[in-house]
Amino acid sequence: MPVIAPPPLPSEDKRWKIVNGTMRKNGFARHALIETLHTVQSSFGYLDDESIRFVARSLHVPLSQAYGVVTFYHYFSLKPPGKHTLTICTGTACYIKGTDKLLASAEKHLGIPQGQTTKDGLISLTTARCVGACGRAPVALADGELQGQITGDELIAQLERWSKE
Amino acid sequence: MTTEELEQIAESVRLANSKHDHEINVCMGTGCLSQHSDKLKDALTSAVDAQGKKVLVRRTGCMGLCAAGPLVLVDPEEILYQHVHAADAEKIASSLDREPVAELQCNLREHFDEQVHIVLENSGHIDPEKIDDYIAHDGYNALLKALTEMTPKDVIQQITDSGLRGRGGGGYPTGLKWSTVAKAAGEMKFVICNGDEGDPGAFMDRSVLESDPQRVIEGMVIGGYAVGASKGFIYVRAEYPLAVSRLTTALREARRHGLLGNNICNTPFNFDVEIRLGAGAFVCGEETALIASIEGKRGTPKPRPPYPASSGLFGKPTLINNVETFANIAPIIRKGGKWFASIGSERSKGTKVFALTGKITNSGLVEVPMGISLRQIVEGIGGGVPDGHTFKAVQTGGPSGGCIPAELLDIGVSYDALVKIGSIMGSGGMIVMDDTSCMVNVARFFIEFCMTESCGKCIPCRAGTAQMFTLLTRICTGTGTMDDLALLEDLCSTVKEASLCGLGQTAPNPILSTLKYFHNEYIEHIVNKRCPAGVCNMESIQSEIPSEVTA
Repeated sequence: MPVIAPPPLPSEDKRWKIVNGTMRKNGFARHALIETLHTVQSSFGYLDDESIRFVARSLHVPLSQAYGVVTFYHYFSLKPPGKHTLTICTGTACYIKGTDKLLASAEKHLGIPQGQTTKDGLISLTTARCVGACGRAPVALADGELQGQITGDELIAQLERWSKE
Repeated sequence: MTTEELEQIAESVRLANSKHDHEINVCMGTGCLSQHSDKLKDALTSAVDAQGKKVLVRRTGCMGLCAAGPLVLVDPEEILYQHVHAADAEKIASSLDREPVAELQCNLREHFDEQVHIVLENSGHIDPEKIDDYIAHDGYNALLKALTEMTPKDVIQQITDSGLRGRGGGGYPTGLKWSTVAKAAGEMKFVICNGDEGDPGAFMDRSVLESDPQRVIEGMVIGGYAVGASKGFIYVRAEYPLAVSRLTTALREARRHGLLGNNICNTPFNFDVEIRLGAGAFVCGEETALIASIEGKRGTPKPRPPYPASSGLFGKPTLINNVETFANIAPIIRKGGKWFASIGSERSKGTKVFALTGKITNSGLVEVPMGISLRQIVEGIGGGVPDGHTFKAVQTGGPSGGCIPAELLDIGVSYDALVKIGSIMGSGGMIVMDDTSCMVNVARFFIEFCMTESCGKCIPCRAGTAQMFTLLTRICTGTGTMDDLALLEDLCSTVKEASLCGLGQTAPNPILSTLKYFHNEYIEHIVNKRCPAGVCNMESIQSEIPSEVTA
């Protein structure tokens, strides 16, 4: 079988080398698709058309399959994140402790539903299905930093701090 | 690595530790870290240094009582401090050799005394990023014993004798699973550790991986030896960054010590482990879906048979067990299957780790012997419901489990007893609800979860959960009818009977159990348009109801 050379890197951007590194480590095997997408997302913040095409071609995975995987898993995002991200946990323990009210107040304050980013690109509001810190419910992550037993006022204060930056 | 070398490492750790008069263990699990226990550890280190004391300040994994974090344990006195912050460091340092700091002391004897720690025995006592600490606590003795003194058959016999059952929720006998994979034909076999703890409200696996990762790796290597596999994968949720980083460190250290790789412990046995990150899909906890995900595909389940034991990862025979199951292996090999079987109840042996959360005073991680009553867990260990509220239900098994009412609190915890009352053991989430929780809304919460997490492959689950969600939404907003309720019950049995995998088959459990034990709440919502707990918002229809009904 003729060996098809991997496609050239999409640009000079050094991050592509990191992505390529993950694929090389896995011998450009098809099963490295999810691993590689993780690397793309951690390097670029999200997955765009160009990156999905590049990964699919490099691993000889049909584009449809690559796109199917990206949209199947909640962790992958097709949109660039805002400068800051507020993630509110909606796991069972947090739900019992009233996380729905926290989410509603954050949505109202930002004027966007969960899963979206404010128009100025400053703040993304997301939810998580349990971050595993149930002992400290309700929990929110401010730019990945876990804050336990959080109140609505604290949440709004955090959002306001970000807006004022 | 030989027995003597292991003993040498253990001895040197003990010697180094004995040079200190005290040990201060600082919990650095996810819960306590979020309250800056890392800064606390630095503060304690500089405080004891400044006072010129011979004290070892150690980073440890989870101590269990997350609600009281950050936690600090002073040894050998065994004084536990709660809610400790960096500002308290001086106080604690000066109190050594003197009276403990009374205002910080945590006196919850009953919380700890009723627990039996096997899986968590090292949690809170060792540094999870130092393999030598693990070795000093009998670490890798079991692997060495298995490789040098036992045949793979002997290992499986011990596991069978122990009566250990899968801790991921299903409760399949571990020994039987291992012997099936061992008997399967094929040169190439795999071992998978399922750490895709998707059940919301559960964090046992996260905690074990963060606190004692070597224990899980040791269990996997022993598993590989028993079934004849040379390659293992740990599938961990990407939402658990600390667990992933500690596991990465642990794997590197194990390789460096020759406990992973080729010719482990100078025997012909080769085994290595790789981490695979989950990407946020609850259904990947199902074994065939998890395997698809490791293969880089969408995590959709396949009909079984063939079972992974005969055709799993890349079509090869695959042993797949949960994190907690693997964490039980080393002690069983070390102390014998009979010892393990002496703990627990008739058909459920050993202990179970539960994540006790919700409306409970001492929320956190607990490990109890099987057979202990739910009442002992909730009222004894958990300290009951706080703020003067009354207990209403305890939910086990997450979205696949059920709600257990107060009158059944005296049953003993075992796989079979929980199934009998309409719930399941599950992976170990245990969420306590009080009078401020609406059981209909809880059922709706879980079915919404199953609806969004359904992979969409089979119709009963994909369409059924969506319809059940619509019906429950109607009931929760006061527009439901008795016909809706009848339809809901009917749908529950269809989805349960006809779904392809465990997600769909168990999705109706939260509805069925609340219908069984809290039927009156459904009736209140439908007939009287009233939510007894005051959770559901029925304002939109309140105005249409005659006042004598709402009163």
